[in-house]
Amino acid sequence: MTSSATAVPLTAQAYKSDYKPIWCPGCGDYSVLSSFTKAFALLQLQPENVAVVSGIGCSSRIPAYTNCYGFHGVHGRSLAAAAGLKLARPDLTVVVASGDGDGYSIGGNHFLHACRRNVDLTYVVMDNHVYGMTKGQPSPTTEPDWESKLSPEGTGLREFNPLVVALAAGANFVARGFAGDPNGTAELIAQAIKAPGFSFIEILSPCITFRPEQREWKSMVRPSSVPATDDAARAARRLMTDDGMNIGVLYKGERKPYQPPVGKGKKNPSDLEAEFTL
Amino acid sequence: MSKPKEKTKESISIAITGSGGAGVMTAGTLLLEVAAQAGWYGLMVRTSGPQIRGGEAGALMRLAHSPVECLGDRFDILIGVDWQNIHRFADEIPMDASGVMIGDPEQGEPPEIFLKRGARLGAVPFKHLVKSIPGSWANMIALGLAAGMAGLPMESVKAVLQKSLKKGGGEKMAANLAAAEAGYSAAAGMPPVQGLSAPAKSKSATAPDKRWLITGNQAAGYGAIRGGVRFCAAYPITPATEVLEWLAPALPKVGGTLVQAEDELASVNMIIGASYGGVPSVTATAGPGLSLMTEAIGLAVVAEVPIVVIDVMRGGPSTGLPAKSEQSDVNIAVLGLHGDAPRIVVAPNSIGDCVTATQWATMLAEELQSPAIVLSDQYFGQTRAVVDPPDVLGKVGKRVTAQAGAEPYRRYAITASGVSPMAVPGTPGCAYTADGLEHNERGLPSSQADDHIKQLDKRAKKLAQYDYGKSWADIEGDGDFAVVTFGSSTGAAREAVARAQAEGIKTRLVSLRLLAPARPEHMAKALAGAKNVLVVEQNHTGQLYRYLRAEYDMPGKVRSFCHPGPLPMRPDEIHQQITQWSRS
Repeated sequence: MTSSATAVPLTAQAYKSDYKPIWCPGCGDYSVLSSFTKAFALLQLQPENVAVVSGIGCSSRIPAYTNCYGFHGVHGRSLAAAAGLKLARPDLTVVVASGDGDGYSIGGNHFLHACRRNVDLTYVVMDNHVYGMTKGQPSPTTEPDWESKLSPEGTGLREFNPLVVALAAGANFVARGFAGDPNGTAELIAQAIKAPGFSFIEILSPCITFRPEQREWKSMVRPSSVPATDDAARAARRLMTDDGMNIGVLYKGERKPYQPPVGKGKKNPSDLEAEFTL
Repeated sequence: MSKPKEKTKESISIAITGSGGAGVMTAGTLLLEVAAQAGWYGLMVRTSGPQIRGGEAGALMRLAHSPVECLGDRFDILIGVDWQNIHRFADEIPMDASGVMIGDPEQGEPPEIFLKRGARLGAVPFKHLVKSIPGSWANMIALGLAAGMAGLPMESVKAVLQKSLKKGGGEKMAANLAAAEAGYSAAAGMPPVQGLSAPAKSKSATAPDKRWLITGNQAAGYGAIRGGVRFCAAYPITPATEVLEWLAPALPKVGGTLVQAEDELASVNMIIGASYGGVPSVTATAGPGLSLMTEAIGLAVVAEVPIVVIDVMRGGPSTGLPAKSEQSDVNIAVLGLHGDAPRIVVAPNSIGDCVTATQWATMLAEELQSPAIVLSDQYFGQTRAVVDPPDVLGKVGKRVTAQAGAEPYRRYAITASGVSPMAVPGTPGCAYTADGLEHNERGLPSSQADDHIKQLDKRAKKLAQYDYGKSWADIEGDGDFAVVTFGSSTGAAREAVARAQAEGIKTRLVSLRLLAPARPEHMAKALAGAKNVLVVEQNHTGQLYRYLRAEYDMPGKVRSFCHPGPLPMRPDEIHQQITQWSRS
């Protein structure tokens, strides 16, 4: 991270692009976008040293709405692209934006392995329990009895528990946020960026178009009554028994991030020919 | 047509076979080193049953005084350390009455299928000899025997064994040297085979100790590094794994790194991410992996991120023939992306060219900000050969990068060449979003017709307008008869063309290195005046033939000669096609 040479501190506005979001009015993702830029301002990151990486879905539109370097790739693969970027360019701050469909369904395998690999990334999933961009189909976090055109009688399937999965797979930092609390979420994102290794934040981000009942989340969320633990088993027990509405940092581990050295070897490529020469 | 009997020949072909664990691959590798030590050239193709361990295995070799690029038409010597299931290789080891097969009578009857072809039989008591030399191995007897029959000097066998058994200590070395010597002396008692002609005097020949012993997979890995690659994401797959395994320790030595991915979807997206970050990147895979990667390769097309994907082709479709060669990924490489997606496809045409062509593909990817697919195959990838040092191109790929200027940065600016400066993250004032969505010149998502057409044109133009120079194809000879081929069929086609030329049939060879984008004007020149064009490839449907018919105005009559793997293209069958067609 390069510290700014200018005396004037960067404000959240400095990280916003002039490109207008396509989100529906009232979408939780507007707040999450502002939490991103606030977090970058909290840490006074230079915009050009931040890369925002995403896949496909409403939440994945975030990169172009920032003034940072952005990468809007294919559906479900944001974590892979981000890992490649961070491993090749450890000097950058790499933040990944995803949603419950992109991150937990098509990208589920990469989620497991990103937690396990523990590359120094910050993974922010905006969870609204629905595929919004395709106009309202159930996602892995959708309640079993939620009816839609694609699931006329509900899916009948138990919801995916991303935080417990992240813990089991080895994520180093696990938190839950709420889009309706942009300052609190900015704080969480800033902490996640500072935490070494793979940091995962699940953000409850209402989709009032397809899940209007999520307006109620505002009255349901509460700050977690207990501080973050470094005991994964304890964190898992808490998460498996809570109602999904406790907000805050839930787990902070001490695993060393995965980062093989780059730029250390100084051999000339032609030196490698000795291996083949008779 | 009966051929005049020759007392000597240009090359000698040897197969050493046995059940898994018999050490035939070791014997083959050592024999190749012996040949190299003696100043010969040669190659060794590995063949095995589907088992991971155990099962039958064969080292198929061809040795000569000049470089060899393909297996011969038939085998002169087949040594069975044992005969278990070796009949399964019958199609891969063609033999006739000129060949000799040698086994241990105590190991049971030799497979009838070879005897039926007229191969003469020799007996060596492998089991008995191993017992009589405590601590020795049967494969070392086979090594000595093969060297003796091929006419290689025993000093070379000794020199190679002393080098390779150094770690094993004195007793092991003594026992196995004795075993090799026993095999070597047994050669005298075998039915005779035609020996190798004396080497032709050539001033241009590389000194034997400057030659390389290399596989195509190692060569492709090295070529990528020479092209500037410093990042690799790897997911293992037969027969491409050795590219990745070679790169794993090599990349850190030159300041790069390799990461193992969870699947091919991840590996290709990782290299796109790394390359977006400014670091030239590669992955290697085979058909099933390439299928998984196609979506992301399309992203690299649209977001204009340079990447190199090495496809070591194997028999397909689906799981197909994982450990056997086939040139059947032409279609997916040149056509296999959705949308109008121009991409670079480069095919090396020899094991040495796996270095040069992969280096070139990396340079093209970087200069053109495009994905480049390198079409190697199992034959190149897993064959070990003694080769002259391949050409190493003088430069690495140079990506045009951006610095902040007075105007706002436009990542996808329309330029004369179609290539627009690509900002490396960290560059102030140039932040942009690389996007799989269609975009405008600034890189902002746009679904407007005007932006779509402009960007489609830009991406097509930058590849079509580029000057690929002479590397697009190797063109040899001239004549009414043209053989057009690519990749590993080139070696056999080159030999067939040489035979046809020697018989007075004026023949030319066009071996395509650049499969995509198509080069219609260049091809028109290369084939000017050709009356018969034979398109040679190793797949079932003539994929290259169909592609050429679609993209090029081919002169004269055009015919496809193709057959699928696992049987290699052999010079004889191509030669027959040429002679029969030119006479009809």
